[in-house]
Amino acid sequence: MEKYRVVIIGGGPAGLAAALESFKNLKGDKRVLIIERDRFLGGILNQCIHPGFGLHYFNEELTGPEYAHRFVEQVLENRIGYLTETHVIDITSEKEIVAVNKKGLKRIKADSIVLAMGCRERTRGAIITPGTRPAGIFTAGQAQRFINIEGYRIGKKAVIVGSGDIGLIMARRLTLEGIEVKAVVEIMPYSTGLRRNIVQCLDDFGIPLLLSHKLVKIHGKYRVEGVTIAKVDSQLQEIPSTERFIECDTVLFSVGLIPENELSKKAGIVLDMRTGGPVVDNTFSTSQKGIFACGNVLHVHDLVDNVTKEAQTAGRYAAIYSQHPELFEDNIHINVVAKDGIRYVVPQKLNKNFVQPFVLRFRVDNLYKDAVVTISNAGKILIEVKKSILTPGEMQSIEISQKILSQLDFSSDIVVSLQNI
Amino acid sequence: MIYDAVVIGAGVVGMSILRELTRYDLKICCVEKMEDVAEGASKANSGIVHAGYDPIEGTKKARFNIEGNNMFSEICKQLDVEYKMIGSLVVAFDDHEINILEELLQRGKRNGVKGLEIKDREWLFKNEPNLSKELKAALFAPYSGITNPYKLTIALFENAIQNGAEVIFGFEVCRIEKDDDFFIVRSADGRVVRTRILINCAGAYADEISKMVGAKNFKIYPRRGQYYILDKPEKLPVNRVIFQVPTEKGKGILVAPTVDGNVLVGPNSEYVDSKDDTSTTQEGLNEIFEKARKVLPSLSKRDVITIFSGIRATPDTHDFIIGEDENIENFINVAGIESPGLTSSVAIGRYVAEIVSCKLNAKRNPNFNPYREDIKRFSELSDEEREKMIKLNPSFGNIVCRCELVSEYEIIEAIKRGARTVDGIKRRTRAGMGRCQGGFCLPRVMDILSRELKIDKTQITKFGKNSYILTEKRWED
Repeated sequence: MEKYRVVIIGGGPAGLAAALESFKNLKGDKRVLIIERDRFLGGILNQCIHPGFGLHYFNEELTGPEYAHRFVEQVLENRIGYLTETHVIDITSEKEIVAVNKKGLKRIKADSIVLAMGCRERTRGAIITPGTRPAGIFTAGQAQRFINIEGYRIGKKAVIVGSGDIGLIMARRLTLEGIEVKAVVEIMPYSTGLRRNIVQCLDDFGIPLLLSHKLVKIHGKYRVEGVTIAKVDSQLQEIPSTERFIECDTVLFSVGLIPENELSKKAGIVLDMRTGGPVVDNTFSTSQKGIFACGNVLHVHDLVDNVTKEAQTAGRYAAIYSQHPELFEDNIHINVVAKDGIRYVVPQKLNKNFVQPFVLRFRVDNLYKDAVVTISNAGKILIEVKKSILTPGEMQSIEISQKILSQLDFSSDIVVSLQNI
Repeated sequence: MIYDAVVIGAGVVGMSILRELTRYDLKICCVEKMEDVAEGASKANSGIVHAGYDPIEGTKKARFNIEGNNMFSEICKQLDVEYKMIGSLVVAFDDHEINILEELLQRGKRNGVKGLEIKDREWLFKNEPNLSKELKAALFAPYSGITNPYKLTIALFENAIQNGAEVIFGFEVCRIEKDDDFFIVRSADGRVVRTRILINCAGAYADEISKMVGAKNFKIYPRRGQYYILDKPEKLPVNRVIFQVPTEKGKGILVAPTVDGNVLVGPNSEYVDSKDDTSTTQEGLNEIFEKARKVLPSLSKRDVITIFSGIRATPDTHDFIIGEDENIENFINVAGIESPGLTSSVAIGRYVAEIVSCKLNAKRNPNFNPYREDIKRFSELSDEEREKMIKLNPSFGNIVCRCELVSEYEIIEAIKRGARTVDGIKRRTRAGMGRCQGGFCLPRVMDILSRELKIDKTQITKFGKNSYILTEKRWED
């Protein structure tokens, strides 16, 4: 069996950053391996050819492939090992990995593992959209791959369901490819996409954004022939007699992402129902010692810059684990709890052996205006942050500094909550 | 081309007849309007092998159900098709429904169904702990089972082809004439086949074919059933097929494991105007979910991965129409094959093939081979077997569909065996049938189809005709 200090599963932005940081922090034996399913390193960034990546991390605006390339170059320079077109089919709690590629089955033993498998898109079926099942129905990611990587046109007239950043960006992308985007349909009364993207991707091209609208039926026998949409009330229920037919041959679904944790389950890792990813502490250690998680497999991010930073932390601690596993023993955690308007918080725990500054990332459960996010512990408010607007689509983060950490009562939970002003 | 017998329609009934005909030394073929087998009711039904307590005694439904159930296990073994005899339960909430269970039990006994028993609450909750605690009793049928309806159709097709039959795809019958010896069957695109015996297995369209020949006048009413497929759970919520008590509309909504490890919920029953109306509706889907949840309260919409509907070919005769027409010699109708049609199909195949062989005085085919092997599946092999397979075929180590662990080898093999469309690959290999529904593997499957069939990707369809996925190539790599 091959042995590595740290094995990274997934060669997207999270995996690349975690691998580099593990490599930097290892002493002596520096064997790090990245295992990637696709033909290239870089993950989904390779098909995100629009700009807007790296504003926070590099202070400049890059495309997805450019952003990925900067990390891939470092991986190559440092001669970090990687396998492409290689599929991990099993991970055990003993940190044994079975991977498969055209050469055969590979069994690998790792001191520590970083899970960075990313996420998948919710589908038309998952949101139970009635109608027929013709050709011409795509997820936004599929469309992006066909258009940006393979160079095909996928239709002539399209309707996009979902107004998160991916839906908005694909509305612009389709328009630039000569596909008429009839509408972007959003069931919520607000878009979960960035304001900047609504302006640059819809307004600039005159594409209508239909808020509080639902796609209620897909029509067409062989190829999509149109969709019926309707207005919804505040309970998201269809309002009778508001139905409207839109003729189109293409429907794109951009209705949310789901962390891909099938392998995590095989390894017996405890998952958080709300994030869909593993429960982790501030070292990004999962419930299985020596297995870490970061990026979209942990929780779905808005910005790749945040994925990179999170993955660096995970990679660093994975390297530390391989040298000092005793620092990650049981019963050394206090909980970080999401309450009152906070849907989830990551990390969900703090490791008492690593009381070092870290970032809490969280999402709210609804649209809030003029609210205060507080972080409290043992009945004492440690941090208060005023926000004029908070939406579920925008990930929030608050840094827990050394000063705050020094005030912590370690017998009590850290509570993140939201109050209206 | 001149044939001894031609079957119209490549569903499970048509393919069963075709395969059984290859036991004889005959020149036979099937004409199918779509590009693949199992494109109608055979791809969209519950996949249940019924025990036989439902049909009224003395009907063709009762006869072929019982015969089919008895034959099923053997045929699935020969054809390497999944079949699990997991048993079924019809569950009852009150005394009125318990009376219906009693009726079903008696009818089943008269039909010759073995092992039927009414079970009490204690048994039910011990054996199906997730079912509603409101339930009072259940009829247990140990010889009910589950199979994969389109895989059975594909297996029958492959075995028929192995044994010398032909299937002509894209052949939409538009006119049928008869001279002294032959039926002249014409397709919309101008192709013609001539045959001594014509067998009508056109599903929901069987009445129209019968009318074209000037034969028996009956009507097929399309009756739609909608379904949910749930993601593979770590532990199945039910161990058996769970039916609710039947109504005049049919066997009611069931919750059942599939042979692939998913959970199936449905169908409802609604007459629709069009024989092609396989759309799902909000009302239908809501109805199914509410009813199913009464029996299995833990059911969650979060687990849904896809929804679909199928058409039952409901005849106005209230029974299967099987046999040579009274007025048109050598024309055999096999029509109105609604539930329990899948179970019955294997028995109907044998019965019709016997009629044909008698009429033509056919000799046995000495080379008939009843065995067919399924494609080797990465997901089903041990690591040692996988390693062996990869050594022989490196493409076995290239995983294309990550949700269902389908290798490139399986897709190439499916193409070799006749898959021409994305859905054809899906039904043969499960690529695209998992939780991401082809989100990742669709472009890869298309790459392989394009390479193996030597066609441009813009020519690839989802399921034939105009179901093109890509519309134009914008640039070359």
